[in-house]
Amino acid sequence: MQELTRLQNERVILMGNEAIVRGALESGVQFVSTYPGTPASEIGNLFSEIAKNNDSIYFEFSTNEKTALEAAIGASFSGLKCLVAMKNFGMNVALESLIPFGYTGSKGATVIIVADDPSCHSSAQSEENSRGFAYLSHIPVLEPSDAQECLEFVRLGFQISKRFHLPVIVRTTTRVAHQKAVVQTSGLPKVRPSDAEFIKDKHRFVTMPPRVMEMHQELLDKISIIKLFVEDSDVNYVYGDLSTNTNTKRAGIITSGVAYLHVLEALRMLGKDVPVLKLGFFYPLPEQKIKDFIKPLKKVLIVEELDPYLEKEVAALAKSANPKLVIYGKNILPETGEMNPEIVAGAVAAVVRKKYVVPQSMVEGVKHFPRFCSGAATCPYWRVFAAIKKAVPENTVFGGDIGCYMIAALPPHNLYDYMFCMGSSIGIGHGIAKATNGQQKVVTLIGDGTFFHSGIEALLNAVYNQSNLLAIIVDNRITAMTGHQPNPGMGKAAETDAAPEIKIEEVARALGVKNIKIVDPVDGFDELVTSIQEYYPKNEISVIIAKRICALLEKRQKQ
Amino acid sequence: MDKTFNIVISGVGGQGLVTLLKIISQAAFDEGFDVKTSELHGLSQRGGSVEVYIRFGEQVFSPMVPKGQANLIIALEQQEVLNGAQFASKKSIFLINKYQTPTLAVDVGLDEIKQRLADVSKKVFVIPASEICQKKLGNEVVSGIYLLGYAVRKKYLPLPMKSLEEAIKKTMPEKFWELNLKALHLSKT
Repeated sequence: MQELTRLQNERVILMGNEAIVRGALESGVQFVSTYPGTPASEIGNLFSEIAKNNDSIYFEFSTNEKTALEAAIGASFSGLKCLVAMKNFGMNVALESLIPFGYTGSKGATVIIVADDPSCHSSAQSEENSRGFAYLSHIPVLEPSDAQECLEFVRLGFQISKRFHLPVIVRTTTRVAHQKAVVQTSGLPKVRPSDAEFIKDKHRFVTMPPRVMEMHQELLDKISIIKLFVEDSDVNYVYGDLSTNTNTKRAGIITSGVAYLHVLEALRMLGKDVPVLKLGFFYPLPEQKIKDFIKPLKKVLIVEELDPYLEKEVAALAKSANPKLVIYGKNILPETGEMNPEIVAGAVAAVVRKKYVVPQSMVEGVKHFPRFCSGAATCPYWRVFAAIKKAVPENTVFGGDIGCYMIAALPPHNLYDYMFCMGSSIGIGHGIAKATNGQQKVVTLIGDGTFFHSGIEALLNAVYNQSNLLAIIVDNRITAMTGHQPNPGMGKAAETDAAPEIKIEEVARALGVKNIKIVDPVDGFDELVTSIQEYYPKNEISVIIAKRICALLEKRQKQ
Repeated sequence: MDKTFNIVISGVGGQGLVTLLKIISQAAFDEGFDVKTSELHGLSQRGGSVEVYIRFGEQVFSPMVPKGQANLIIALEQQEVLNGAQFASKKSIFLINKYQTPTLAVDVGLDEIKQRLADVSKKVFVIPASEICQKKLGNEVVSGIYLLGYAVRKKYLPLPMKSLEEAIKKTMPEKFWELNLKALHLSKT
């Protein structure tokens, strides 16, 4: 993907995530850190290639989202322009550092990309809506709708961050991050290799009471100034003309993100001309612009995916601007799942009283369940799960985690009894083991990447508080599911093939685990079965590392 | 009604849906059209059901094909056409690769598939693209490119063959050009 660095002033097709990378390059980004997570993963993959041959950009795959954000905070404090990328749940991990980052603010301009996944196309955890982080952190949030805006909003984010010394969040969703569209690029600035220096400034970087209370106030003061900037910003604009709005009974639409594109599509489908207020800023909102928009209206439709944040804000603003305004939103639109043109068309039609029947297909669909790779590259996990079935009784409690092996939750395995989030197989399994006095045996599965991300802390707790679970660490020598990113177990990192190789067994031993085995699940299948059988009855914690390279990776290495 | 051309490609993860999307969108862009597409990555890619959308025309808004507006539905796995069919109208053209992988749930046979589509559209074509590509090129991974060439030749996809050839060269490393260009033209022979 070196092409991204070669583009000049051109019109090209880019994916949303590619446009984000390009926007960061056009802003002269110097420091990029990430933990891979769909639908944000391509950002890190692209930068890992770009940074390899570039002295002026540092890139790392951090061990988790919190360390990724913290690395960027340190670089920002040292004066560098920083980009951090993660998926929505990643922000939960990073949150502890995000909140004080609002208080201290950034020094080098910093943009944080967070990618949501309405409809959970590639997320097993929840439909979490990252816009809510704005209320927690008071950090500005921008919401691009298309690939062009991905590029422009990243640039705008860097400009705002530079001017107001606050990090800026750019929030995408799957249909934005994985959308390809025509994008106009601009030239790249000349970025010199960094001569960054951390200049001590305790007043600015140390959050301790009573100073921390002042910082809180300073943050709110910054936001009031940014509100003025937002009112004037052209990323919040009206599409269509209020004055020609006669045949639609003075209706209007307020929307943001990809929903805006569905709204325009819906209006075309319905042949209707309704003014649309398109919001590029989610936080802070252009309150006056919204008031001016709703003032002459009889009714307004708020089209936003997931939670009705905008709807509540508009309702509050309408109290003074237009108390009689009829507000439509989640009363006629779903609060779960992503939107699409026909769902939006149905809602618009209801508001402007036009007949529209949402097309329903009579054809019954099918569902291919995701599965472990087979054929020319047969996944070693097949053997891990065969060994487990063979070795332990069915009433065992099975804990799953986040990675390719979560496929064992699906047919034909139907294995897991609980599955949550990164690292939680061991954390929750420990609680079950303690609650049942170790009577219900818990076997947990976690991959190498996820173990390094947040399994270590959970294992430490299980050892320290003495539960008897059996943790099987499926080590396929790479972070596979998100597209083969390196992790600390490989002896490789983003920009080097000579990183320290962190051995899982040494980590487990250092945490105090006494029963540890390493087995190849394919060549050592029988040994894996007997190892599980040996450890299963133990009344203390055991770890088995089922170590075998991802078959896809092995095939690629041979090519 | 606008004149946006809407394509839905359905299949299972690993069949090269995103490659097809790249080629078609590049070709459409080179022909001067506005283009928007949507694709899925991550867990769904591991052999699960996947569908991607490609839309081109004078001005395209949503990256998602509205239901009832698909002009062309390509299924790289035969059962997956039933998912693509959710976007069909009476005028939709269906190109179905005669190739089946088990769903790991209830599988649907080709006769049943044809029956379910009978009321949807009259233009349903089942083509043994995987088999032909395996036999003639020794590689079934290009069966999607074969179907793409077929669609262009039959004028089911309003883009010139030349543009698609160029798009293959623009979007793929040079070592894959020969195989893919052969596959693109294979339906002619």
